[in-house]
Amino acid sequence: MNDRLAQDAVAAGEALARGETTPSALLDLCLERIDATKDLNAFITVDDPRAQAEAADRRYAAGAPLSRLDGVPIALKDLIATEGLRTTAGSKMLADWVPPYDATVTRLLRAAGAIIVGKTNLDEFAMGSSNEHSAFGSVKNPRDPTRVPGGSSGGSAAAVAAHQVFGALGTDTGGSIRQPAAMCGIVGLKPTYGRVSRRGVVAFASSLDQVGPMARSVRDVAALLDVIAVHDPEDMTSRSDPPPNAFASVERGVEGLRVGVPEAFFSEGLAPEIEAAVRASVARFESLGAKVKPVELPHTKYALSTYYILCTAEASSNLARYDGLRYGHRAAAKDLVSTYEKSRAEGFGPEVQRRIILGTYVLSAGYYDAYYGRAQKVRTLVRQDFERAFDDVDVIVTPTTPQVAFEIGAKTRDPLEMYLSDVYTLSVNLAGLPGVSLPCGEANGLPIGVQLLGRWFDEATLLAAARTLESAIQFGMHAPGMPMPPKQ
Amino acid sequence: MSIEVEEVRRIAHLARLELSDETVRSLTDDIGRILEHVQQLAEVDVTGVEPTAHGVRLSPPGREDVPTEDRPGPRLLEGAPARVLDAVSVPRVLD
Repeated sequence: MNDRLAQDAVAAGEALARGETTPSALLDLCLERIDATKDLNAFITVDDPRAQAEAADRRYAAGAPLSRLDGVPIALKDLIATEGLRTTAGSKMLADWVPPYDATVTRLLRAAGAIIVGKTNLDEFAMGSSNEHSAFGSVKNPRDPTRVPGGSSGGSAAAVAAHQVFGALGTDTGGSIRQPAAMCGIVGLKPTYGRVSRRGVVAFASSLDQVGPMARSVRDVAALLDVIAVHDPEDMTSRSDPPPNAFASVERGVEGLRVGVPEAFFSEGLAPEIEAAVRASVARFESLGAKVKPVELPHTKYALSTYYILCTAEASSNLARYDGLRYGHRAAAKDLVSTYEKSRAEGFGPEVQRRIILGTYVLSAGYYDAYYGRAQKVRTLVRQDFERAFDDVDVIVTPTTPQVAFEIGAKTRDPLEMYLSDVYTLSVNLAGLPGVSLPCGEANGLPIGVQLLGRWFDEATLLAAARTLESAIQFGMHAPGMPMPPKQ
Repeated sequence: MSIEVEEVRRIAHLARLELSDETVRSLTDDIGRILEHVQQLAEVDVTGVEPTAHGVRLSPPGREDVPTEDRPGPRLLEGAPARVLDAVSVPRVLD
């Protein structure tokens, strides 16, 4: 493999600015790498954006790049609309759908000059924790192809970890950026809810969904966040807070930072190697000048139940739009009702159907108060726990996942066990907080992720803490900007 | 908390999903177990607690009602599975 591909995105941009390579040459390297490692099944659609790369070549030749990511090849989770390039959501329902417009995040990345080389695989409609629920087949973990990459942004995580691209966007509804980032050994950020526009992003659970960056270094994630965190008047949940200014703040250190450790997250089911690696990260923070203290998050044990009621309710409502009439798959049927019923039965896979049924049930007459209404109230308690905790600390440290990447097929028969993969990530979505996962160790050659949580709209502090930890860990052989090559 | 096969069939019809008997049976099992798990929320005291719809407070701004040029407009029709002229063609609604 070419050493150039092992750089992080910021280093690649610097090499472009120094004239050591060109966007067209980088695109060729990435396309060759994608082809050489195509068995990972990380991509649903690979594009050849030759004209965009050549336009970036000309900008660098003229000394006028659009941004530090100009000409850098990246990928988008195939849930994010790309004008003229099919966007499948990993579903048979949208297998042939070509969007007539770009999502806002797509438009912003193009405006920064980033080269979108393709659309990555995912669990259908982002519903899953292993990427096994894709109509386009499972994705393999680049660190061990017998194992899952995590999900739902598993294709994005695998593509970044396998050096197919320099960065990617994913979406995170209950952990779908952070969990696969942890399992593939990369960095993944779920920004604060409302930070990044959701316009043109296929909706799963609208009060929880958020788009975020996945990359091989914290500074890359910061640079990508700065590009996409722009207020969008076209999304009524997009807030107009000051920009995160994440890249400029990323080296500011952790001296005096108050770091909270919630014992509720070190619970039954947590692998001992992961607990040890995460506690070692906490100790590192302390040795770097941070003040470590315990925090209480007493409603954590209710987060999983709350999440699965709310997300399935919202999904059943959002996915009602797929009726086989206006776009997407249409089954041949004699009348309108059977067109709906057959199109949806043929177009949606088993996990999506399971969640639609559960969501419809919890919203139905007679059950609404007991399930949906109650879950919304428990959500308030989960959020208030975090509000109280962040009175005392600036950053909270937890494991990202209870286990390292598991074997393909190990959990597909038991939906509840699969849902437990997200047990440490989903309370963050309920509260709308930003969270980042970064590699902090290994167990039997498989990556372990540590999750850092920050205050609402304070991604700058969060990523500065993540960057400090990243540079302290170094992984022995893992210097910043030079990630470990994936095992093939 | 368990759920009956007939209830799942009724919900599937509300959700406009045509499911085989076998799928209904397996969904009944799965959903029964998930409902059993989420039953733990019954033990939480939510007296006087306001519901949360979004983790972050939102106050959607108004905007001027002016025409813009950037709508995909007729191109949206290109995604329709069946079209007649400038309209989506659908199966018969009334007999």
